[in-house]
Amino acid sequence: MKREKVIQVAGLTKRFGDFAAVDAISFDVYRGEIFGFLGANGAGKTTAMKMLIGISNPTSGQAQVAGFDVFTHAEDIKKNIGYMSQKFALYDDLTVRENIRFFGGIYGLSRERIKEKSDALIEELGLQGAAHKLVGALPLGWKQKLSFSVALIHDPKIVFLDEPTGGVDPITRRQFWEMIYKAAHQGTTVFVTTHYMDEAEYCDRVSIMVNGKIEALDSPKQLKEQFQAANMNDVFLKLARG
Amino acid sequence: MKRFIGFIKKEFYHIFRDRRSLFILFGMPIAQILLFGFAITNEINNVDIAILDSSKDAVTEEIIHKISASKYFSIKQFIEKESDIEGIFKQGKVKAILNFEKDFSKNLVKDHKATIQIITDATDPNTANTIANFVNAILQKYQKSLNENLVVAYQIVPESRMVYNPELKSVYMFVPGVMTIILMLVSAMMTSISITREKEMGTMEILLVSPLKPIQVIVGKVFPYIFLSIINAVVIVVLSIFIFKMPVQGSLFLLALESILFIVSALALGILISTVSATQQTAMMISLMGLMLPVILLSGFIFPISSMPVPLQLISNIIPAKWFIIIIKGIMLKGVGLEFIWKETLILLGMTVFFIALSVRKYKIRLA
Repeated sequence: MKREKVIQVAGLTKRFGDFAAVDAISFDVYRGEIFGFLGANGAGKTTAMKMLIGISNPTSGQAQVAGFDVFTHAEDIKKNIGYMSQKFALYDDLTVRENIRFFGGIYGLSRERIKEKSDALIEELGLQGAAHKLVGALPLGWKQKLSFSVALIHDPKIVFLDEPTGGVDPITRRQFWEMIYKAAHQGTTVFVTTHYMDEAEYCDRVSIMVNGKIEALDSPKQLKEQFQAANMNDVFLKLARG
Repeated sequence: MKRFIGFIKKEFYHIFRDRRSLFILFGMPIAQILLFGFAITNEINNVDIAILDSSKDAVTEEIIHKISASKYFSIKQFIEKESDIEGIFKQGKVKAILNFEKDFSKNLVKDHKATIQIITDATDPNTANTIANFVNAILQKYQKSLNENLVVAYQIVPESRMVYNPELKSVYMFVPGVMTIILMLVSAMMTSISITREKEMGTMEILLVSPLKPIQVIVGKVFPYIFLSIINAVVIVVLSIFIFKMPVQGSLFLLALESILFIVSALALGILISTVSATQQTAMMISLMGLMLPVILLSGFIFPISSMPVPLQLISNIIPAKWFIIIIKGIMLKGVGLEFIWKETLILLGMTVFFIALSVRKYKIRLA
């Protein structure tokens, strides 16, 4: 069975003046895969991701996301992807239900569908008691999970997670990764940036960016073999030190 | 369209759940209009004065009577000797002292000339000037009544009439100014803050990744403030009509249209500010320093533009508020129609288009 490619990137480049923040990167991501996008701060992860989600124009190269070209069909891409930022951005002054309704609304979901989704989502997250509480009053871990669920509300083909576990405790991180597995299992492709190397082990494949280039791309197991390292942390350090 | 309505609903939740913005939106306009209308006034009313009457004859008595009968002055005390003058000013109890010379009435009959000295406390020069003018006017009138039966060979009689605001009520001047400030504040500051808040919280990024177009996001953010600013404008006009008896001589419809034009120009400025500021604090500072001060100082609201140095007069031309004040004064006080204010309207329209174009451009650059 040939696996479906949902992200195809070839020679994608972003320059700011003379500086190439992203320097001709190429990779493919398959449907249902958890793809880890690793790199030190400033390596170009976020810039690369912004080009893929259609809020930054590439300088050159090619990229297709969910079957659409980033240069010509950014609007179609936006309908087919979900996005969760490192700030778990929800509206603190809206309640849990209002947040779900709002984000469902901007993705064009019908009223009935939103109602259905909200009930399912609140039940799944165990937020029944807090559905009418302001999001600002929720603990960070709950906000993070809610934010992830909201990113999936329109059943996107691909969900982009930008450092989704920053600042939350290990138990919540573990629970969060279970949610990611579940989404991937249901066929959603997960594109996740992180700098927690233990999380890299959870991914099906990881790419490691150094100074705007992808220096390694394979499954965690293969990478550890290739670099003769005990864990992903060592792989990363070996690469980053050159 | 449904997305848009959901977006606007969310915007209203933000506004009504934030006490601070509610206060800025509705508390401040009412407080400001009442404050400016009642407390801050440059009219002369019941100014305390003192009298030094060294003659105490029939004529001085009549003049004093005329002065105390006017609503402008109230006689606080009588003093007996010139050496008291300085002390009484230093105490700050009175703003002016009238000093009648000795043998006032006798001199008037004998020499056809008598002197009265008006000493004013010029620590507040405008008031001092006005007091002197008002006293002069009362004396002139009295003098005229003395000469009624006399035929004077040559006489120039100045007869001044104050049109559009015959009672010289300062509230007529403040209402247009306050309205301008409030519309500017609500529209520009509140939108710039609410847009930068989304940036700060990271939700702007989520909105931009969503299928909403950037222009929809901006219009959605701005729309509630157009609505609220219009309500504010109505509240201000109603308050000024019913509490301060401010006339609206011209068309209310034209007034509404011009107000909307000004609101839109202020909103465009707000968007522009939000594109250059990363945090709510910055947006607020830029709005306050960059918009409020020029509006108060250079728009002709408080200080007449014609008495400013030339460079400042030139700068005042690029301030939208200046043109809006001319427009609404024209409509409210003079009752003029568009045929008299089309030039100002066109300038305001041009500025609005320019601000919108600039902010759209800036917004795009930021996204690229």
